[in-house]
Amino acid sequence: MDVIYSINGPVVKVADTKTFMMQEMVYVGDKRLIGEVIRVETDFTTIQVYESTTGLKPGEPVESTGAPMSATLAPGIITNIFDGIERPLRTLSEMSGAFIADGANIPSVDTQKEYKVDICVKEGDRLSAGDIYCTCPETPVVEHRCMVPPLSKGGEVIWTAKNGYYKVNDTVVKIKDSAGRVTELSLMQKWPIRTPRPCKNRLPIDRPLVTGQRIVDTILPIAKGGTAAIPGGFGTGKTMTQHQLAKWCDADIIVYIGCGERGNEMTQVLEEFSELIDPRTQKPLTDRTVLIANTSNMPVAAREASIYTGITLAEYYRDMGYHIAIMADSTSRWAEALREISGRLEEMPAEEGFPAYLPSRISEFYERAGYVETLNGKEGSVTIIGAVSPQGADFSEPVTQNTKRFVRCFWALDKSLAYARHYPAINWTTSYSEYTEDLGAYYKDRVADDFMEVRQEISNILVEENTLMEIVKLMGADVLPDDQKLLIETARVVRVGFLQQNAYHKDDTYVPLEKQYLMMKLILSFYEKSKNALEHGFTAQQALSLGWADKLVKMKYDIPNDKPELFGDYELEMRADYEKLIGGAAE
Amino acid sequence: MNVKYIGLSEINGPLVALENVSGISYDEMAEIRLDDGTKRLARVVEVDKGRAVLQVFEGTKGLSLVNTTTKFEGRSMQLPLSTEMLGRIFNGAGKPIDGLGDIFPEKTGDINGAPLNPVMRTYPRNYINTGISSIDALMTLIRGQKLPIFSGSGLSHNKLAVQIVRQAKIADENGQDFAIVFGAMGVKNDVADYFRRSFEESGALERVVMFLNLSNDPIIERILTPKVALTCAEYLAFEHDMHILVILTDMTSYAEALREFSSSKGEIPGRKGYPGYLYSDLASIYERAGIVKGAKGSVTQIPILTMPNDDITHPVPDLTGYITEGQIVLDRNLDQTGVYPAVSVLPSLSRLMKDGIGEGFTREDHQMVSNQLFAAYAKVQDARSLASVIGEEELSDTDKAYLKFGDLFEKHFIDQGFDVNRTIDETLDLGWQLLSTLPKSELDRVDDEHLEKYYSAEKAAQYFSEN
Repeated sequence: MDVIYSINGPVVKVADTKTFMMQEMVYVGDKRLIGEVIRVETDFTTIQVYESTTGLKPGEPVESTGAPMSATLAPGIITNIFDGIERPLRTLSEMSGAFIADGANIPSVDTQKEYKVDICVKEGDRLSAGDIYCTCPETPVVEHRCMVPPLSKGGEVIWTAKNGYYKVNDTVVKIKDSAGRVTELSLMQKWPIRTPRPCKNRLPIDRPLVTGQRIVDTILPIAKGGTAAIPGGFGTGKTMTQHQLAKWCDADIIVYIGCGERGNEMTQVLEEFSELIDPRTQKPLTDRTVLIANTSNMPVAAREASIYTGITLAEYYRDMGYHIAIMADSTSRWAEALREISGRLEEMPAEEGFPAYLPSRISEFYERAGYVETLNGKEGSVTIIGAVSPQGADFSEPVTQNTKRFVRCFWALDKSLAYARHYPAINWTTSYSEYTEDLGAYYKDRVADDFMEVRQEISNILVEENTLMEIVKLMGADVLPDDQKLLIETARVVRVGFLQQNAYHKDDTYVPLEKQYLMMKLILSFYEKSKNALEHGFTAQQALSLGWADKLVKMKYDIPNDKPELFGDYELEMRADYEKLIGGAAE
Repeated sequence: MNVKYIGLSEINGPLVALENVSGISYDEMAEIRLDDGTKRLARVVEVDKGRAVLQVFEGTKGLSLVNTTTKFEGRSMQLPLSTEMLGRIFNGAGKPIDGLGDIFPEKTGDINGAPLNPVMRTYPRNYINTGISSIDALMTLIRGQKLPIFSGSGLSHNKLAVQIVRQAKIADENGQDFAIVFGAMGVKNDVADYFRRSFEESGALERVVMFLNLSNDPIIERILTPKVALTCAEYLAFEHDMHILVILTDMTSYAEALREFSSSKGEIPGRKGYPGYLYSDLASIYERAGIVKGAKGSVTQIPILTMPNDDITHPVPDLTGYITEGQIVLDRNLDQTGVYPAVSVLPSLSRLMKDGIGEGFTREDHQMVSNQLFAAYAKVQDARSLASVIGEEELSDTDKAYLKFGDLFEKHFIDQGFDVNRTIDETLDLGWQLLSTLPKSELDRVDDEHLEKYYSAEKAAQYFSEN
């Protein structure tokens, strides 16, 4: 039997053994703490332990399992809340009370619960990897589809159970492969968390993840299957932004990974999501949400694993043909967990103490996003939105910089916007999205022909304002010529009336694409009409005295989401006002 | 385990090593007895087969390789707990130092605590009225929250903490028990004394448990102080249903002690020499605030830290800000102009306030007033920087209004004084008075209904001409 040789924080060494595999899951000590082999040398095998090692002694046994760290994939995942290594926290609290005890080995999903299973194959059918053999309702909005494991050779169905109620470990289908080996399939399968699940093809990205947040959908869109990073110092609203996206985006399933963040935030997600109703399904948001909570005071090694557990769950549901959005809050904490373990291993540090393999780990993670054709021919996607918490709000630090290289959408949160309580505090000049062009066709087809042009004009106004602001900061707005004053005022309407969005307002928290488009059109129309007034010899002050700027700033509240026809009224009223102004002067 | 080991094999700073030991577990406590009969406590920080590294709490002064006997206790560090602790003073490791003898423990608690299961937390929603306008209106303290004060050397953070303790209505409506747990890490003797006197004057001393590690006390003990204090707080809150306010000062000294310990252990340093696990370590302290489902008590934390060189991007305030639920930042410029409390409004924040204010908690217009005050004060900064370039005379009327608003805001709202205790209504009304000095069109964060109800330029003009 192998025994512990030394212990240093979460790192445990075993001497004189050659039998352990890399990345194998092991049980450590008398309490059977869960660990993973991370280094194998002639003298020592090194293990990282996912639980607190307090009280562990050299000489206690280390038990091999022969399998890599794997996630359990079965019905019962959605609505659940897990820790970093997929242990259900609710069950854990029933076992050990309010505080998390060590060495609790419990199944990830409820193995006693019965699901109403529909078998969708019959004897004689040929199944290959990824094929769906049965379905069951997991929640009111998610149908769970059990698939032949991706690495299976497939085979002929030789027996099926009848439709009816089954537990996750019950065998429902038996298949025989060409060599005559029989495999029993239940509702459950396992998959190693560090290996991406295979798919048939990666498809080009051309559909947006509609979030109902104006600055995201119009200015900095993200695609289904895309990747985005939200960097921002503390207090800039990373978590708020992620909550908003998780609540309102049009993904089928949300995987929310609270990685090294606050315990109260996870409680808040739990409470809020069970109260909020998904506008598309009319069911609570929890019915489409999985939470992975590894708060900052939970063991650091499990924090490192939580990201992989989350993405493995997401890929599993993607393979069923769903669109998944992952919120990872925050990837910096995950990178710090890597650094902490690397330090304990006495590896040579690279930048700021982070290990040299940081960039490759980050890219491996983000590359698991994508829009794919699954093994069974369906379409599914995994979108990753990762928050980054740069040290000292300095975007030049290694995690932000390396993340920037591997994501295509960068929503930089800005301290000064947050200080002025401009939320979402996404800075429109330093942020970018590479998906804008890929998604142009979709917006043209689904929203309006000139959507992309309108979007571009709005964005031009902001760019021009940015250059003018440098002058304004030095000399004040009064010295500007009238046309520039007008631009500054229009830009204010764009910033305050359009980009700023109130998450606590019942209408403004989620805004459909159509209304976003109409709002932009109305702002541009206001700009046109005011410019026209200038051409007729009016001053900027006169053109603005009609009060339309302030009215447009408030239109997000004044025009309800379900009354887009009011935009037409606004347009007519505004036209009349301006005609009166110009006409009055002509007389 | 009654085996005693004679002698040591290595001494390095606060760490000692023993060879040829067996059955030692990670994090275990040990007692080192010197030849002269004195005893020191130590904790195992690393074990190899046959070799153990211990940190000695009281320091290694006077230890040699041959003059000690070490006895291992077979368990991690436990703190004796009892309600008798109220009103008592302990050292950083939890030993009584007020000369009143040991307490009679009701039970003992592991000072490391265990992580609180997120599904067993209750989301904090009840606000604590501190009577300080800037905090109540703009960064409301919620029961069960961790809200640090970011300060600098020489600023009035201690005074502010005392004022919060004195004015805060921590006890809930039915007068449920409350108490204060005070943990001092590496503070000066006068500071500890200031707190003790202030508690005494406010008549709260018998409701205070003090853990004092002064600046000349051993650093290893300093590393234990917050953990010991929080173990006591959790015990009182979750087993005796009390509302506990924990004040920890100064977290920067704590982090420095951790750095010293880490470097003597030969660990690879991270930013500014602090160990790579500083975030996890701080989190294991700050996350021990909250409310447990089913328990009546709560733990609210106000850690105080001094930002070296007033630099908010220094690792200690930076990592703290990422863990805590907001921060109250003090500002040296305001302090120098005599403003007390010198709360720097813009970088300050309370993350939990959005759910603990408004109708049913404070007043329905609270959120709007707070947003509008923040937004307006942010514009004041722009106007001021513009004025410093082109001169005040050249500013537009709106910018001039903002300048005036800024001055009034600092004079009447922030500068409140040590003895003034305002109700939430007084605070919010004052907020409206200030907003009313701005043109109505500038107030874009409040809706028309409330603008109608509270906005009155005349009243404001009159109020500020009188005061």
